[in-house]
Amino acid sequence: MLVIDSVSKSLGEFSLSNVSLSVEDGEYFIVLGPTGAGKTILLETIAGIYTPDAGRILLNGRDITDVPARERRIGMVYQDYMLFPHLTVEANIGFGLKSRADPAFIRGKVEESADLLNIGHLLQRYPGTLSGGEQQRAAIARALVMEPEALLLDEPLSALDVKTRENLRAELARIHEATGTTIVHITHNFEEVFDLADRVAIMRGGDVIQVGTPEEIFRRPNSDFVAGFVGVENLFCGTGSGDGTVAVGDLRIRAENAIPGPVSVAIRPEEILLSKTPLPENGKNVVIGRVDSVRPNGGLVRVSVDAGVQFRVTLTRQGFEETGVAPGDAVHLAFRSSAAHVYPPGEEEEA
Amino acid sequence: MKTGTLSSDPLRGDGEAAPSWWRERGRRHIDWCTAGFCIMGGLLVGITVLALANMATAELADPVHLFKVAASSEVIGSILLTFGAGASAVLLLILFGTPLAYVLARSRPSRFKGVVESIVDIPLILPHTVAGLLVYLLFMRRGWLGAPLSEVGLAFEDALPGTIVAMLFVASPFYVNTMREGFEKVPVHLENVARTLGAGTFTTFRTVTLPLSLRHMYSGAVLAWGRAIGEFAGVIMIAYYPFIISTLIYYSFTTDGIHTSRSIAFTVILVSFGVFYLLRRMTRYLGRYDDRV
Repeated sequence: MLVIDSVSKSLGEFSLSNVSLSVEDGEYFIVLGPTGAGKTILLETIAGIYTPDAGRILLNGRDITDVPARERRIGMVYQDYMLFPHLTVEANIGFGLKSRADPAFIRGKVEESADLLNIGHLLQRYPGTLSGGEQQRAAIARALVMEPEALLLDEPLSALDVKTRENLRAELARIHEATGTTIVHITHNFEEVFDLADRVAIMRGGDVIQVGTPEEIFRRPNSDFVAGFVGVENLFCGTGSGDGTVAVGDLRIRAENAIPGPVSVAIRPEEILLSKTPLPENGKNVVIGRVDSVRPNGGLVRVSVDAGVQFRVTLTRQGFEETGVAPGDAVHLAFRSSAAHVYPPGEEEEA
Repeated sequence: MKTGTLSSDPLRGDGEAAPSWWRERGRRHIDWCTAGFCIMGGLLVGITVLALANMATAELADPVHLFKVAASSEVIGSILLTFGAGASAVLLLILFGTPLAYVLARSRPSRFKGVVESIVDIPLILPHTVAGLLVYLLFMRRGWLGAPLSEVGLAFEDALPGTIVAMLFVASPFYVNTMREGFEKVPVHLENVARTLGAGTFTTFRTVTLPLSLRHMYSGAVLAWGRAIGEFAGVIMIAYYPFIISTLIYYSFTTDGIHTSRSIAFTVILVSFGVFYLLRRMTRYLGRYDDRV
């Protein structure tokens, strides 16, 4: 288990403030946040490149806060691969094993690791001659060959083109499955979360805002920032009344966890039904409004509806055509009370 | 990597390497700005060419005298001494300047660092006679360093160590700054990765950073060597003897006159050209991976 206990680190423009996280053994843990949220510093502090100004780091029970990077047994993979350009792929992967005396042992380990990443045929090549995806595989193999107690991935997929990224994403899931290594993976791309993460932490400005399973983060964000980051487009300020409803303007929205007092309400745009004819209530929230705009977006259609407050609804193209609505039409919206997620209001959303 | 783009003649260069404005010149319009720049730059180059041609014409008209001077043991000995002293200064620079360059490249900006950087650059801005005096006063027999070192038998005044120390002083910024540039080009993340792979700071430096900066080390050393062997004012203050080549030419100019000193100078030009040409060629085989960092 990797425990980051109240770690602070200040490095000029980037900083971590009192970050606490704990990553279970064998867990795939993703840290999600916009650029400049201090994610790379967090990883480099875990790896031992920086010593925290305050706080402790524990790995499998031992305090490694003051252990130098070379003795931590924590692997690191950067976004831009960082292969040693003057060494072959084989020498890159074997770099950390060089102190072992037995060349046959090293070769065996290197080949094993290269095979795991499907780059066995590239061992004699130099990094400059490899594609981005191949370089990133080599970088991962180089870290894994050390059998690290934890593997840190700093935006490992961000520099790759879309197709390579998808392949390598699947590959990462497979490697995690095969090796059972504890992985901390940081990214600003929410897509990577659902395929890979057991749990997610959302970071902003050096702070951890929310930690949970992808499902929890996706459905029950705890702040406007997280809600905006995971694509919740309907964010309303309202007042909870203690009877399970929240007043938003003239509307009364039933919500499962409605708390009294000023609150924010988040509703995912794809959880709202839209129809020209009245929708059966069945315990759902029903709202009447007028279509403002219709914006096709690939396979989806985004509909904006004025119902006193502005609702955004996402439909599939097929679903949209079946409703037959056009801008200016009066429409009925419906969503379950469980789709309306309520949390205490925070500061203004920035994302 | 493209080498020598500045000195290559676009008329003779292959079409790919020539800048596009040149190829288009005949068909389209003349870019007067670029043409003007070429003329102005040409004047500058022209002075050097003219000076060399002037000397070469005179010298090649009397090859017997040139050969007699060039083959004299005095000239050969002085050239070897100059090159050797320069090389010794460069070796000392590599030994002490490389760690300094690394620290400067990797430390975060601070007032102290700014001060150290200025100190490194001091020999660049001082008149060479001032540099010579600084070295002389420190290393003379009664100087702060000269006195204790002469106790143990290391004399600097009018001796080879004095020449080397003066050369070291004036050449050091060239080496340190070039080496530092090289280190700065090696991403810190590469070193971080090496450390997570179990390498200590020195192992990382030796196996990652230094191999990726070899070309800068080489060109820094060549630059510093060129600067060292060309030094005159800095050296004569502390070591008029043994004659380095600059001193020999000056001595010959003031005693024998133009004829002999010009022949020595021309010999030096030929030898220096040859040596630096070889040194430049050798960079091709060095640090091929620098570009990929």
